[in-house]
Amino acid sequence: MAQHSRKGAQFHAVTANRLLDGVVVYLTATDEWSESLQDAEVAEGKEAADALLARGAVFFEPKNFALDVYLFEVEPTATGIRASSVREAIRQAGPTVRKDLGKQAKLDDTRASLNTSPQAVFA
Amino acid sequence: MYRYDEFDQRLVNERVAQFRGQVARRLSGELSEDAFKPLRLMNGVYLQLHAYMLRIAIPYGTLSSRQMHKLADISRKYDKGYGHFTTRQNLQLNWPALKDIPDLLEELASVEMHCIQTSGNCIRNTTSDHQAGAALGEVEDPRIICEVIRQWSTFHPEFSFLPRKFKIAVSATEQDRAAIRVHDIGIQIVTNSAGEIGYEVWVGGGLGRTPIVGKKISDFIAREDLLAYLESILRVYNMFGRRDNLYKARIKILVHEIGAEEMRKQVEAEFKEVKARGALQLPDEEVARIQAYFLPPDFETLSDEVPEIDALIAKDKDFADWMKSNISAHKHPGYSIVNISLKPTGLTPGDCSADQMDKIADIAEKYAFSEIRAAHEQNICLAHVRRKDLYEVYKALKAAKLATANIGLITDQIACPGLDYCNLANARSIPIAQEISERFKNIELQQKIGRLHINMSGCINACGHHHVGHIGILGVDKKGVEHYQVTLGGAADQTAAVGDIVGPAFTEGEIVNAIDTIVNTYLDIRQNDEIFIDTYRRVGAQPFKEKLYASH
Repeated sequence: MAQHSRKGAQFHAVTANRLLDGVVVYLTATDEWSESLQDAEVAEGKEAADALLARGAVFFEPKNFALDVYLFEVEPTATGIRASSVREAIRQAGPTVRKDLGKQAKLDDTRASLNTSPQAVFA
Repeated sequence: MYRYDEFDQRLVNERVAQFRGQVARRLSGELSEDAFKPLRLMNGVYLQLHAYMLRIAIPYGTLSSRQMHKLADISRKYDKGYGHFTTRQNLQLNWPALKDIPDLLEELASVEMHCIQTSGNCIRNTTSDHQAGAALGEVEDPRIICEVIRQWSTFHPEFSFLPRKFKIAVSATEQDRAAIRVHDIGIQIVTNSAGEIGYEVWVGGGLGRTPIVGKKISDFIAREDLLAYLESILRVYNMFGRRDNLYKARIKILVHEIGAEEMRKQVEAEFKEVKARGALQLPDEEVARIQAYFLPPDFETLSDEVPEIDALIAKDKDFADWMKSNISAHKHPGYSIVNISLKPTGLTPGDCSADQMDKIADIAEKYAFSEIRAAHEQNICLAHVRRKDLYEVYKALKAAKLATANIGLITDQIACPGLDYCNLANARSIPIAQEISERFKNIELQQKIGRLHINMSGCINACGHHHVGHIGILGVDKKGVEHYQVTLGGAADQTAAVGDIVGPAFTEGEIVNAIDTIVNTYLDIRQNDEIFIDTYRRVGAQPFKEKLYASH
């Protein structure tokens, strides 16, 4: 599996899959879970990232709401929060194929920030 | 086709009820994820990047029109209106919600289907030749013994917690369409000098991070002894297979480490004991009972000569192209095997919409005895179609966008779901396959290139069988960027071979041009009508390396 974060990465958000349906969700500043990365709380620095992860982890157990709760690297930009890796860009925006359905069909701000290709995040 | 008896149906129904309770307890928090995960995996439920994924078993790739209609229904009702046929002859749904899966399984059970043996360290769904029962030169229908293996292996208490998963494939023709030499056990059905049917047994093949071609450890096992022999192999594996290291736990590592001869000796010793107990001796009447389910359909007496079809071939070029690549010879005169490509230009290999599933089911009902096969190359097959119906079948398939004329050609690629869906993947597969299919979509070019298999995986686990593609493509992650490593010279058939890595990996932007370079190099140096793999075996990797890395 690809790494979720580079060593020394500055900004992180917390993601998980919802237990009920497996949908990708992000931890918000009010300890809720949103399907949009743009609602995620972004932690700067290692300490803040660890604290954010600890807040998210309780939703695995004991709260039983989310699975695979983990930190991943993001980049705050003028147009919004952007996932740094291809993997997380795809989790955020949906598969880069079958653009006729699912969340990948919705041309929202996250899709725009991807420039339609996850590779663009490394440009 | 095999039909459930009361025991089969009860077993599947009870499993659905059990899983319903397990899901309810998981959702209420009574069951932890650690406790639940092995239970959901035993029912084919994975968690992927975007959602849960459900892997539905299609035992030895055979299903009825009724079952296909049900797959269409559940794809619409519980998913996004499509499914993905896999290299294990199964169907995967990419988007089901956990809360809905018990209802989904109940619907599957109503048509004698389930998700058992599609995950976990058990004996998985046995795979076979998609042309079973129809292929020329077949010793006997391989599905008979596949069904015997299914009944023996399902919920076998001794083999439910093996060191790793375990896959068995069966072929009954010299031409191996089931890739038996890259399975944990490969069974080749043969006849001995006395004309008796028996089994040649290969063991220790596999792909993944350590690709190995299996070794033959028996030339002939009598039918009555097959289960005893398989049980003996499994026992040796269960006893000596490594459980300390996930990556060294498959039987191929054991066979590689102790050697084929030692493996054979160990199995023979165990076989002697198992056989002495006699409990696994396969009774003739039981074989006959199962055999009755796979009797040939009621074929008409027909001729292979159908002048009206020949006239249509001369008149309709698209039909002629389809006939050329998608039709295989049938053992009964006047019939053909129709291979339906799930590799249309620019779309996802193996994907099939619910509407297409319904159309295939309807066409099978009208023209093919209601019988459908899933092929391990991620295509569909109608095994028994009257030659005189071929044009009608073609037109019906074409109306459903299912008449792509590319079986066995360069755009008939195998591709795993890759990083677009899969939690294990390092790189995307599908978009690369799509670009390749766009690049080579010209049918004259494809026919000129001839038989060429491109297989692609998005990670080292090799679900896309890249090691055994004539051209293999493996997606890798290099510092967060997708790259693609190329292998050449692999083969999955009776000449099975693991491909050679040709050199450094290519970027996403380079890979399709690299494939183009390989193909053009082959076209330049091939002799007469050599297909790609024969040219490669004659000249080796060097001419391809020179062209690919000329500017490096």
